[in-house]
Amino acid sequence: MPTIYIDNVPYEVKAGKNLLEACLSLGKDLPYFCWHPAMGSVGACRQCAVKVFKDETDTKGRLIMSCMEPVRDQMRLSIEEPEAKEFRKHVIEWLMTNHPHDCAVCDEGGSCHLQDMTVMTGHAYRRFQFKKRTYQNQYLGPFLNHEMNRCIQCYRCVRYYKDYAGGKDLDVFGAHNHVYFGRAEDGVLESEFSGNLAEVCPTGVFTDKTLKQHYTRKWDLTMAPSICHHCSLGCNITAGERYGSLRQIVNRYNGEVNGYFLCDRGRFGYEFVNSPARVKKALVRSKLPEAVSRQEALQEVTAQLKNARLIGIGSPRASLESNFALKALVGEDNFHSGVSDTDYDLVNMSLKILQSSPARTFSMREVEKADAVFILGEDLINTAPRLGLAVRQSVRLQPMETVMQASIPYWQDAAARELVQDQHGPLFMATLTATKLDEIATAAVHASPDTISRLGFAVANLISAESPEVPHLPEEEQALAEQIAQALVHAKRPLIISGCSSGSEAVLEATANLTAALHAQNPETGIVLTVPECNSMGLAMLGGHRLDSAFAAIHNNYADAVIILENNLHRCADKAEVDRFLGKAKQVIVLDHLHHATSEKAHIVLPAGAFSEADGTLVNNEGRAQRFYQVYPTAEDIQESWRWLSQIGQALHVPLMNQWENLDDVTHALIEIEPRFRSLEAIAPPAGFRIAGQKVPRETHRFSGRTAMFAHHSVSEPKPPEDPDAPLSYTMEGYRGQPPSPITPFFWAPGWNSMQSVNKYQDEVGGHLRYGDPGVRLIEPGQNGTHRYYHEAPEDFQPLKDHLLVLPLPHIFGSEELSCFSPGIAERAPKPYVALSPQDAQMYGLEAGEILSFTLNHQTFRLPVKLFPELPLGTAGLPRGLPDVPFAEVPAWAIILKQEPAWKNQPHTIS
Amino acid sequence: MGLTFLHAFHKRDTIQYPEEKAKLSTRWRGRIVLTRDPDKGERCVGCYLCAAACPVDCISLQSTEDENGRRYPDFFRINFSRCIFCGFCEEACPTYAIQLIPDFEMAEYNRQNLVYEKEDLLIDGQGKYPGYNYYKVAGMAIGGKDKGEGINENPPVNVKSLLP
Ligand code: SF4
Ligand code: SF4
Ligand code: SF4
Ligand code: SF4
Ligand code: FES
Repeated sequence: MPTIYIDNVPYEVKAGKNLLEACLSLGKDLPYFCWHPAMGSVGACRQCAVKVFKDETDTKGRLIMSCMEPVRDQMRLSIEEPEAKEFRKHVIEWLMTNHPHDCAVCDEGGSCHLQDMTVMTGHAYRRFQFKKRTYQNQYLGPFLNHEMNRCIQCYRCVRYYKDYAGGKDLDVFGAHNHVYFGRAEDGVLESEFSGNLAEVCPTGVFTDKTLKQHYTRKWDLTMAPSICHHCSLGCNITAGERYGSLRQIVNRYNGEVNGYFLCDRGRFGYEFVNSPARVKKALVRSKLPEAVSRQEALQEVTAQLKNARLIGIGSPRASLESNFALKALVGEDNFHSGVSDTDYDLVNMSLKILQSSPARTFSMREVEKADAVFILGEDLINTAPRLGLAVRQSVRLQPMETVMQASIPYWQDAAARELVQDQHGPLFMATLTATKLDEIATAAVHASPDTISRLGFAVANLISAESPEVPHLPEEEQALAEQIAQALVHAKRPLIISGCSSGSEAVLEATANLTAALHAQNPETGIVLTVPECNSMGLAMLGGHRLDSAFAAIHNNYADAVIILENNLHRCADKAEVDRFLGKAKQVIVLDHLHHATSEKAHIVLPAGAFSEADGTLVNNEGRAQRFYQVYPTAEDIQESWRWLSQIGQALHVPLMNQWENLDDVTHALIEIEPRFRSLEAIAPPAGFRIAGQKVPRETHRFSGRTAMFAHHSVSEPKPPEDPDAPLSYTMEGYRGQPPSPITPFFWAPGWNSMQSVNKYQDEVGGHLRYGDPGVRLIEPGQNGTHRYYHEAPEDFQPLKDHLLVLPLPHIFGSEELSCFSPGIAERAPKPYVALSPQDAQMYGLEAGEILSFTLNHQTFRLPVKLFPELPLGTAGLPRGLPDVPFAEVPAWAIILKQEPAWKNQPHTIS
Repeated sequence: MGLTFLHAFHKRDTIQYPEEKAKLSTRWRGRIVLTRDPDKGERCVGCYLCAAACPVDCISLQSTEDENGRRYPDFFRINFSRCIFCGFCEEACPTYAIQLIPDFEMAEYNRQNLVYEKEDLLIDGQGKYPGYNYYKVAGMAIGGKDKGEGINENPPVNVKSLLP
């Protein structure tokens, strides 16, 4: 390790880093703008100047940009040297000559890197008396606000948007001191990761538009560590509340999971919590008025269930604890999973593969370090968006070797990109239709699930003869398989990505074989499988019967009452069937936070806490269990589902649930009964955890309005609510130092009010969080060494006359249930459609926009056609989970009905 | 003894309040008001700085925006039963909106009546600092002031021009 001297004090630092990183990792306050830990240095802003000296005797030294200078042993530098300080102060003064007098009306204020750096350099007074430059703003869609006057030309936005995230429609325009950062013309930003601009931009040019609707400063938010509920990756987020409504989601750094970035579904999908469709009161349908108090509801439920034969239906979007509480209440035999049949099979199979596969399931950090990737059947940007962004980084790895050979440090971003140009490392994609990652793929094929599976099997067979051969493989595919096998075998850390979104077991089988074959040759091989929902994996680990058997239980009179946990059954089974089931059951009790078709039909509805009003644990696709915390005390009678269920259990004298008081009790019971969850003990500090006798405050030390915010109700301030479930307080009082990483409610450090304060929470800049990244892995590779190769590749797909194989098409905006209740996401979601390949459309005599009628599992669909040139012949694409498209179990064959004349304008859907 | 008599005939320091009113200087820190700018627009832009500065946290507000982008407080509440009249809010305010004025006669029998809402706080005038109009010096466009029309601003840049 090299030693450097900063202001004459020796420090050991990591080799290969730049001086700025080294200084920040040591906890020094050195201002910067253009450098970003995930994007490296370009030396554009000149803010990070320090003095370096030749040796001890050198008193003059020279000014350098610390972000552009590699660490060298015995280097001597000074941050405090007067000339360096003066220089940095001048730089900020120049940057500020045109900066508007906007802080009071700027959404960045209070978490603004520019404010922080200005204060840090000591520039306090504007001497420049001339006119300021101004710009017109652009409309950028429902997520981001644009205020170009505030720009300091650091170029971070375009470097992030184009270079890091692969966006096309944000750029820098104009010349000299007129440069403009925006789109060529007004319009919605296309990237699925645009929201990160609000954090990447060190100023208020790009700010969160949803926050603007109910603007609150960072210091006024009540915040808690949370986990994104909008896909299976479990990105870490910080959720902030004010006056009883959820105001903002920001990224919560987790070195293993999401790093510095979120996707837009995760960042802007939160508004469902404030939706008018929320269930706020317990409803007993047999009473008038229906809304009753918590006590009455509990009494009613107990009375109804006392002599009932009860079954329970869990949910992949409810926490592990809630699902477990339901399982404990109804008993193991009566607990059903609450997912569609396809998802049930696929998720269970994924779990089995991860448990038996000899290869490790990679975290997203490891994905970024994979040097050859093969994706089978997953349109990542739409199913697991943040993972897609990680894959984008992985293709840079191989070309970066040339950069290393040219002895350019990897963080010299401009030089490295100049050398690499558009070379990409090996990435192979076999997906149902075109995806956004195709452009960086070495080869991308679009095919039916069976064809994809066959390709996977073929590659596996080439790597290991233990995996079966694929009969009748076309020559072209054989050649591609050889190319893929070559690339994977020669890689240091090859990675296979697949998942449930193509709806095919065959694809998963191929993935399992391929990973095992590869792992036999290279123990560094990794596997990543995506699953449909945020807690699909947790639910599968908990076990449960099929939804079908729940229906059967009621129809056979085995049971007469059902508790449905946070689940809209109309999204996982055919409407007719669900309605028949709900009609037959004598008591239907629904616990949920949103009203939907299923809660409509319930006899009793209990208001459950949404993610921001509940504590719990989610298990992500990697098998990583992560805790999320309640952000604010709930209004009215809302409480966590597991709490409702344990109260019901206690009223019904279920022995297991007798002692359940708080979350820890539920978790402990879970660990005791299901030992595979043992590691949950280490997931986070227990509720009784204190630092110096204090809880960790959810509010910043500058939280305002404490004695006025509720004064219009009553001038006497109420006692602050207690939190029995977490070592976090709902107030600003408590321990002010850095808490353990799983219970860090927000990032803040003295002088660092913005998001960039996360530097102070990491073991090294861009590394892991101090005290370890939150979350515990429940699945480790090949625990029981039971991997066996699947024996048979599927037959190749053959189109059928007058039929189309309907495949699910996921959408980042639209496919996930909860986020669709957020206005911004709903605006970006596609209208209902059915996708056809142009040839098929022609065959059926249809043009884009015309209505295709077909029956699928006895339901008739009439949907306007969209042409997907890449969709395989003989298949059709049905958008997954769109609110206006009725559920149908797919993939399945649809019978194409005789087409109506084109002039007849039909409603979009009927069911 | 002599001194006592002397003082007895001195001019009285005691003011016969409430018959007689005290003379208060304009910078006296009493009842808080929200003022308007010279164009009669609400001065407060809902920046939350006064609330953050308040040592007893007795100011609470919610900012909102009109259709033309002008920010203003949706509600603005001061709990005067907590206020210590320190004047920090006035010092923190970047728009001269919040001002302490020489009036202390706000006693109430019922403490709840000391909770003032925006209707109770907002006055029609400019208060102690006439002439200042924050939006004229800020860079944001609002109704009636487009980009580049503020004080000391150039017209918006023509991005397509390469002229210096
Ligand atoms: S970007 Fe920062 S410094 Fe500039 S106006 Fe906004 S808050 Fe103030
Ligand atoms: S818009 Fe923001 S990120 Fe982009 S150059 Fe300007 S200040 Fe930097
Ligand atoms: S990738 Fe998934 S978990 Fe991460 S922010 Fe997006 S929706 Fe949430
Ligand atoms: S500091 Fe002034 S402008 Fe800001 S919220 Fe308070 S009164 Fe309004
Ligand atoms: S951070 Fe070093 S020049 Fe910008």
